[in-house]
Amino acid sequence: MIYHFTWPPFIVFCLFVGAVLAISFYFGSKAKSAKGYYAAHGQIHWFVNGVAFAGDYLSAASFLGICGMIAFYGYDGFLYSIGYLAGWIVALFVIAEPLKRLGKFTFADALDKKFNSRGIKLAAAISTLIVSIFYLIPQMVGAGALVKPLLGFPEYVGVVLVGVVVVLIVVTAGMVSTTYVQFIKGSLLVIFCLILTVMILNRGLTTQGEPGAHEFRTAKLEEVLAKPGAQALALDGDWAIKPGETFALYVRVKNDDGSITTWRRTAKDAPMVMETQTLASIKGADFVNGLPKGQGPGEADLAPVGRISKLPDGKTSTGPLGPLQYLSTLQNSEVVLWGSEVLKAKDGVKTTVYYPKPTKGSAIMVPGGSPTFAGVSPKYTKPDALLKKVDFLSLMLALFCGTASLPHILIRYYTVKDQAAARKSTVVGIGAIGFFYVLTLFLGLGAMTSGAIDITNNAMSAPLLARTFGPMLFAVISAIAFTTVLGTVSGLILASSGAVAHDLMTNYLQMEMSDHAKVRAGKIVAVIVGIIAIILGIMFKEMNPTFLVGWAFNVAASANLPALVMLLFWKRTTKQGITAAITVGLISSLAWLLLSGPAYTSVYHLDAKNALAPFSQPGIVTIPLGFLVLIVVSLLTKPQASVERRAFEAVGG
Amino acid sequence: MKSDNTPAGAGNEDVGLPRNARLGLGLFFLYLLIYAGFVALNAFAAEAMGKPVAAFGGVNFAIVYGMGLIIAAFVLALIYMALCKDIGDAASEGER
Repeated sequence: MIYHFTWPPFIVFCLFVGAVLAISFYFGSKAKSAKGYYAAHGQIHWFVNGVAFAGDYLSAASFLGICGMIAFYGYDGFLYSIGYLAGWIVALFVIAEPLKRLGKFTFADALDKKFNSRGIKLAAAISTLIVSIFYLIPQMVGAGALVKPLLGFPEYVGVVLVGVVVVLIVVTAGMVSTTYVQFIKGSLLVIFCLILTVMILNRGLTTQGEPGAHEFRTAKLEEVLAKPGAQALALDGDWAIKPGETFALYVRVKNDDGSITTWRRTAKDAPMVMETQTLASIKGADFVNGLPKGQGPGEADLAPVGRISKLPDGKTSTGPLGPLQYLSTLQNSEVVLWGSEVLKAKDGVKTTVYYPKPTKGSAIMVPGGSPTFAGVSPKYTKPDALLKKVDFLSLMLALFCGTASLPHILIRYYTVKDQAAARKSTVVGIGAIGFFYVLTLFLGLGAMTSGAIDITNNAMSAPLLARTFGPMLFAVISAIAFTTVLGTVSGLILASSGAVAHDLMTNYLQMEMSDHAKVRAGKIVAVIVGIIAIILGIMFKEMNPTFLVGWAFNVAASANLPALVMLLFWKRTTKQGITAAITVGLISSLAWLLLSGPAYTSVYHLDAKNALAPFSQPGIVTIPLGFLVLIVVSLLTKPQASVERRAFEAVGG
Repeated sequence: MKSDNTPAGAGNEDVGLPRNARLGLGLFFLYLLIYAGFVALNAFAAEAMGKPVAAFGGVNFAIVYGMGLIIAAFVLALIYMALCKDIGDAASEGER
């Protein structure tokens, strides 16, 4: 879809970014020491910290990715919501209080407090850097996807803009400004998503599209071909009749105006056909339905999609609905989802065909609708069905274990004054995050039936849904989404900055630095990590943010969780065991991901069938591997004299 | 006066922490059980997830269980917070 620059979103966007920067400069004067820069002096109020947890955690993947996934595939996106929230249980019940007691500025501090081992410092710092950078990529990709429709700029401009603003936030005041940016962002996100949800419920469900919206037709093939001026095109390459079939799946008709309408049979060899949309790239130029992509005369653009085709009892509109009524009505309706496939003609031209898939609501509200989770559907009968189920279990395990292992989340425990505050702020965080995730289901389903979806970009589903309620709500939601990216990226860059300047330079390399020099080193690292994030955000722009975040959770859980948990609960743990567990967890999960099918397809552009990893999510193998390595190495190495007592004390024994 | 090298939480140890930790682990395993049941049902009995639940206006089991998990997390968190406070207070009383 083509997006145009409009003033309201731009003005709201500038106000948001201006406010965020003003906060940063205001707090900049108060954060001169290392403790102020990395841990906000440990003086943040627990409630502010709790909402900031939500602001830190609810990233572009949560807001844009999950809403987009629900809008395109239904319930599967909600599985991410559930997994992301469940991870907070590990953080609250297992990690929060001991971590707060053991640490100072970073996650490595906590791991290393008992041992004073350079090996642990190095391994934990590298793990923090890699996990944070993995997590940064989807945030930057999300920023690029947002700025395009919001400001009309190309994607790379969005990525650069986020990079520059975030580096300014972090460099000016470190954790203090980052906390308040995240607090504001977390509050705004939850409040405006609630407003949007109330509007969705108040509008109810309807089979009628927006006035002037393109009506996709279903017709008899003979009528399509008999239309005056219509000229059926010859089909070759992937378009041609498949072996064993009587008719080709597609029929392509050239119209009077030069456009090409591509029709797809409703079923194999069926006489009825449905209108599709096509996008082809020829010598660098895009063509939509056979015409140059554009909105002028003689040009065409992809039409927005997503609507209900049948409501229960033959109704055309429901009027306002309660939350449960909304879900049950949708469950008993029929919704037009859209699929896509790429077909290559004999002349080498590749065309993406987007085709309607009328789907029962009851099939949308159960797991297995998306390509990611297709293997859990009872309808999936391919030989790799069991591996697909293991892949699903692995992802859900990684989401459960990953939250409490994310360095940028863990450092937030050092911004409050004591363990009680750490506990209370986690409960506030769970409340805000859980409530938001409940709303994602309504936002996603609202977008699915709004008639506003951009078929090429599911990440834009939530802002485009907001646009159906007016340009100002679109402006505000888009600006909040952009602030969402700012808040999370700030936390990530700060975590990376702490890992390099505090863990590596000060603790591992034992560089003598004054407090002021430590802060300056942290700021320089923040600038460098910001530049790396910008480059990676541009490189990975085609990957789905939610999927990439799933990868970050796998790496974090595999590398960090075994070390954290065993340090706290197994008194025989040794420094060698911790170092080995982090190293093996990190390398094994990274290697697995880089040898998985999705990496082959999206990163190397190779056939996923040749991937060496049997399934894409490594957590189910690499998390237990981390625990196993830690236990074996600890048993083989001698603990320090006082370690047993200290480790026991960690859980308060 | 603490220096900048003092951990932010040092000197504020909770007296009731051993019991807090045990309580935390108990609640963790309870939630783990509910979460594992949800994941296993989705993976191996996805058709069961599609069954409508009359008590929730006919909304299917997948949604009810999923929403239930989100609400359960918050409820358990509140229980934990309330009980931790009681334990801390009781321990403090005992110290006096």
